[in-house]
Order: sequence, then C-alpha cells, then structure tokens
Amino acid sequence: MAMTGVLRPGHAQVRVLDLEESVHFYRDVLGLVETGRDATGRVYFKCWDERDHSSYVIRQADSAGLDFFGWRVLDKATLDRLDADLQAYGIKTERIPAGEMLETGERVRFTLPSGHVMELYAEKTKVGNGIPLVNPAPWSKARDHGIAPIRLDHALLYGPNVAEVQKIFTEVLGFYLVERVLTPDGNGNAAIWLSCGQKVHDVAFAEYPEPGKLHHCSFLMESWDQVLRAGDIMSMNTVPVDIGPTRHGVTRGCTIYAWDPSGNRFETFFGGHLPYPDYETMTWTFDNFGQGLDYPQRKLHETFLTVVS
Amino acid sequence: MPHMVRIEEAGVSYACAPRESLLEGMHRLGLRGIPVGCRGGGCGVCKIEVLAGEFHTRAMSREHVSDDDVAHQRLLACRVYPSSDLSLKVIGKLQKKVCTPVSVR
Repeated sequence: MAMTGVLRPGHAQVRVLDLEESVHFYRDVLGLVETGRDATGRVYFKCWDERDHSSYVIRQADSAGLDFFGWRVLDKATLDRLDADLQAYGIKTERIPAGEMLETGERVRFTLPSGHVMELYAEKTKVGNGIPLVNPAPWSKARDHGIAPIRLDHALLYGPNVAEVQKIFTEVLGFYLVERVLTPDGNGNAAIWLSCGQKVHDVAFAEYPEPGKLHHCSFLMESWDQVLRAGDIMSMNTVPVDIGPTRHGVTRGCTIYAWDPSGNRFETFFGGHLPYPDYETMTWTFDNFGQGLDYPQRKLHETFLTVVS
Repeated sequence: MPHMVRIEEAGVSYACAPRESLLEGMHRLGLRGIPVGCRGGGCGVCKIEVLAGEFHTRAMSREHVSDDDVAHQRLLACRVYPSSDLSLKVIGKLQKKVCTPVSVR
C-alpha cells in the first residue's frame, strides 16, 4: 500500500484540571515520555516507541476535554494541497505558525461540523525512540515504565452532524469507512470508524447532541498480555476504570477504558483487524451495539453513551 | 473518623471518611443506577447540592459547575470531601436514578 496524504494521528491536546497531578499520571502511571514544557505551561509527551517529538499535550484549564486533534501528513506539498481541498469543499481553514507548538511545523486548523478542532501538519522534529536506527534492539527500558503504550492510536469523538463529518474525511481527507453502527431506526449512522491507512481505525465519531466532546484518546499496546498488565497498573494506582479488560466486536480490538485524573477517558488498546480501502464497510445494527462495544459481555454500558469530557 | 452524609430526598444516610469523596461513599450504598462517571471532576454526571455541613473540594470542571453553582454549593460529588456531617440533595443526572423507586426505573 502506498501511503500518501494523511499518514496518522499526530497529536492530541487535552485539558486537565491539575497540571502536576496529571503530569504524574501520564508520565508515571500511563508511562508516557515527557519531552518538553513550553512558555504557556503546556507539557508534551510521546509514547516510548514513537519517533516524533510529541503526540499528547496537556494544559491546565478549568474544564476537561479536547482542545484539538492533529494529523501528520506526508509533506509540505500535501499540507498545502489538503488546505486548498478543504477550502474548495467550503471549510474555513487557519494557519498556525511553526513553533507555536514545540518542535512542530506550520499547522492547518479547521473545525468539523461536530465541533471538534482538527489540525494537519507536515513537520515535527524526529527525536527518536531511544533505539539506534542501525542494528536496533526491539525495545528499550522505557517499555517497562508504567503502562507504556507504543503509540497514540486513535480517538473517539462525540458530537453532532456525524454524516457531514464522514463526508469530509472520506471525500477530502482520503479516509475510508471501516465499520459503522446504525441509528435505532436504521436510517443513519450512530457511530463511524474511519481509517487513513491499514489500521482498523484512526478516528471514530459518534452522534451526540453536545459539540466537541472527547470520548477517549486511545493508546496502542503490544499484546493482550500488555492490556492485562495495564489493568493491573490501573488498579495498583486506583485509576477509575470504565470498561474492560474485554474485546470490542467493532474493530475486534482488545481494550480497557479508564479515566485520567481530570475525567478525560483514555483507552489501552490492542489488535483489531487490518482493512484495505477496497473492503466493504461492516455494519452493526443498534440492537447489537452491546456486542459491538463489549463482545463477550454483550453489554451496552451506559457510561459509554453518556460520560464524555 | 467518618462523617454521616444524608441524602435528603432518598431518606438514606451513609458514612464517608474525610479522605473519601461523597461519590465514593454514595457508591458504597449500592443503590442501583448511581451514575458513577469519570470520578475526576470532568464529566459532570454526579452533581449534588450540599444543604448543610462543612466540606472541602478539589478542582472540578467549570463547564459543569458555574459561579452560581459554587455560590449555592451545587458541586460534583466526586470532588467533594466531608469535614463534618453533611446533608445533600442530588440534582441533574443523578436525581432520576437515586430518587426513583427501583420498580419504575
């Protein structure tokens, strides 16, 4: 597969209620690597196996939730082309100058009809994963610090106008629809899972009346065993757990949902099937959403539908 | 020493230690359907109004708690800790769950 256009989820900026409590959580419990702090007080993290400077940024605020979600695109020409394509589609874009985020190039920012702020960028300093590029070891000791996911995998976002969001991702940004859950009347989509490569999803959206809500940011684990180990570490640190460990029917991924100290949900995720862009979309009826969410228990957990930040 | 917390409309009381949030104590009651959400002051599902008693709080999302709410002690139970015996009423999403008899939930 020749990957062009949008390559992957790049960064999420999330609001927290108490910065130092959250730094402790993300660095020492989730096991992200702290890579910097900027003049505005934001703290930057990456997963141990990620090569770019940062993938998860927190800032202290008086509410929880997501400031924006950024996508790494192939190169500067792709950034300019997608900016023009978005504008031609009728979406207003804004340029954020290079350096506004540490070690990050110019960003193209726009707001989805769901109320979520998205960004595209082509440049972020490659700081590496601590492993040499010549004769690389399979892991470093950073893998054993805290839960230690290997990358920011995807996000699930809640807001209105999911059908319009789907069109923007599929018609402008080059994503394809991997799976969906139908609305109760079967005439629309209650939730959609979108991929820009061969991952089972890079972003998902669910229809929700309030705009711009964060359901969760998801972090990739290397194995089911590592998901169970994550659950052990959550309990050792009295992290509030929402759902799991279990396996989703949708995506087939293994999961635990839990909350950070400010009530931002996160996921430790492993697995999932590997779609291609020519595959037919898989569909779940609303009455089977319980299986889609939690395949063994077949339970549509109420918190999944109602608790967001 | 735990303090006694009374949920006025439900007519039940529970013991809650000063280091425990009002939500943790309430959850231990085992009333069906108490919407325990994020437990971090971010999601806003566990809103209560403290009617009487002393307490201390930790940061909670101002998206769900306005200045007027603070003035009237309408707060998120997961971020409120008792310093004395308390009485409270549940509001918002909690109320329907706690104050509706099990038979009609």
